[in-house]
Amino acid sequence: MIRPNAAVLLEVRDLDAAIGGRAILKGVNLTVRAGEVHAIMGPNGSGKSTLVKILAGHPAYAASGGSVRYRGEDLLVMAPEARAQAGLFLGFQYPVEIPGVSNAQFLRLAFNSVRSARGEDELDPLEFDDLVREKLQVVAMDPSFLERNVNEGFSGGEKKRNEILQMALLEPIVALLDETDSGLDIDALRVVANGVNALSAPDKAIVLVTHYQRLLDYIVPDYVHVMEGGQIIKTGGRELALELEARGYDWVRVEYEHARAVA
Amino acid sequence: MTVTRGDFLDTLLGARPPTRDDAGWLSRLRAEALERANALSVPTTRDEEWRFTDLAPLTRLSFQPVRVAGTPDLARLRERFLPQAQMRLVFVDGVFAPGLSQLAAAAGACVSELGSALQGPRAAVLEAHLGRLAQFDANLFAGLNTAFLSYGAVIALDAGASLAEPVQILHVATRRDQPHAIYPRLLLAAGARSRCTVVEDFIGAEEAGYFSAPVTEIVLERDATVEHVRLQREAPGAFQLGTCAVSQAAGSHYHAVSVVLGARLSRLDWRVLHAGAGCQSVLDGLTLIDGRQLADTHSLVDHAHPHAHLRQQQKCVVSGAGHAVFNGKILVRQAAQRTDAAQSFRGLLLSARAQIDTKPQLEIFADDVKCAHGAAIGQLDPEQAFYLQSRGLTAPKALNLLTYGFAAEVIERIPVASLVRELECALVERTVESK
Repeated sequence: MIRPNAAVLLEVRDLDAAIGGRAILKGVNLTVRAGEVHAIMGPNGSGKSTLVKILAGHPAYAASGGSVRYRGEDLLVMAPEARAQAGLFLGFQYPVEIPGVSNAQFLRLAFNSVRSARGEDELDPLEFDDLVREKLQVVAMDPSFLERNVNEGFSGGEKKRNEILQMALLEPIVALLDETDSGLDIDALRVVANGVNALSAPDKAIVLVTHYQRLLDYIVPDYVHVMEGGQIIKTGGRELALELEARGYDWVRVEYEHARAVA
Repeated sequence: MTVTRGDFLDTLLGARPPTRDDAGWLSRLRAEALERANALSVPTTRDEEWRFTDLAPLTRLSFQPVRVAGTPDLARLRERFLPQAQMRLVFVDGVFAPGLSQLAAAAGACVSELGSALQGPRAAVLEAHLGRLAQFDANLFAGLNTAFLSYGAVIALDAGASLAEPVQILHVATRRDQPHAIYPRLLLAAGARSRCTVVEDFIGAEEAGYFSAPVTEIVLERDATVEHVRLQREAPGAFQLGTCAVSQAAGSHYHAVSVVLGARLSRLDWRVLHAGAGCQSVLDGLTLIDGRQLADTHSLVDHAHPHAHLRQQQKCVVSGAGHAVFNGKILVRQAAQRTDAAQSFRGLLLSARAQIDTKPQLEIFADDVKCAHGAAIGQLDPEQAFYLQSRGLTAPKALNLLTYGFAAEVIERIPVASLVRELECALVERTVESK
């Protein structure tokens, strides 16, 4: 939902990043307002995943230039947990396994960490159990998932559902979903997409990183951005995704380079 | 061995041996052990098997024999009672406490204190096994235990007998007035096809200073199944030098979980002998220490017959200036063809001063075997830590939860659900909720 007067939630300006001396991001610009759904597409190695990891505060990635403001605050100086507590969420492309820790334990600790940071009361195990069982329905997960260790032995689809379950519990303001559709069959994709749609709201925003347009059949984006060589080189509406699906990315690069040459 | 007798050993050996009117064979066994212990000396770091475990802090002290048992804190003691254990033997400062114990009749089984077991119908089983598995020819601490053997726990199962609920053997040390020497003993003789679960728990009052040299002997006859849990939660100032000797007959199944949390200095010598074909052993171990604790686990699995199966997993979590030692020897004798053995060691160092020494030791003389081992010592995975932080957990909380998970993987292997819960809660307190 595009509303020109909606509050700016995330503002990325001229963001640069390098890993081991190699530039990965070269001046990314992106503005996300409340209520919007953005899709970032682009070929492998274009910098999409690096961008969302920097936004979430991954310690192995650091910005070398530019700025990011999250609801008016300087995001880049915040610790990863402070970003999460402030309502930023990253759905991982490859969710990590945590042996020996049950999903229920983990989800409650995460939920209570965010709650207490917001000055709200923590839930005890019984209260939390009621809540989490309700949220399980969002992603059509069986309660037995709660007893299993975090992501351990989960199939690709189960891991992605678990990410969306965490999103449902933490109720983020800006959700960054990194290739949430990868490795999913069509049924799992529908479940995950329905879960995401159920969580979208006029005061929240979603940024999807994806390779394929098929996710966008289920989660309809307001903006589609093409990332290439560490920059966003084209922005359009949802029809751009269809065009990319049909024609690939090369024409976008040609068009971008031509425009630069003219300028 | 270098001779370093000193006060420590002189005081221990000078104690008056028990004068209980026992069977002749037991008196002879004690006398034999005393003689052997007199000829041995305290191992030093010059002995290869004791390279990393310096007993100097122990030998600087002298320990008196226990004449009268102290009074345990009953409320705290009761917290340690396993709710589902219908049989429980409690020893206070090494002395049997019938009032705190709970014994029930079970078909085909005898669970009792050594004294009454010696009078009972299964006395011959005791004579056949007591002191035979935990050999003391080169083991000073097993020798001391045997020489001063007075009270002990006995579990004897007839062929085909089965105990549905775990048997708990609880040792509590209480004396704070002066350092005492304690010699806990357990003999578990599992007859053919019998099944049981035993939980040995060693605890001590916070301020108690003592030296404990427990000996556990477990014999599994043909096709017997024994689940053995050993919890070392001694007082922070305690020394424990333990021996656990297991002998498995053909087709038997031994599963053990050893958890080491307490004592200032501890060592477990754990020997499992496969005395018949097709034995299965599963050994899980966890050491979780901090401060200036030293904890040493030395295991030996001796495969002497074909078609043996071993799965051994040892984990150590060390913080502060703690020091963990693991030496896991796997011996596959020439007769032990088709042995399938796998050992894994994982150590977690949580501070710059923490130390882990590990030495896998595979000695294989058979040619048709599968033996795998892996050892890894490291720190927590930053990807896992980031995942947790990205869900709102602070960095210390994330690291604590990962430490908890690392250790909980071993705790989950304990076959007693209430104990798993109790230990997991204790772990949460020690890891997740610390700081």
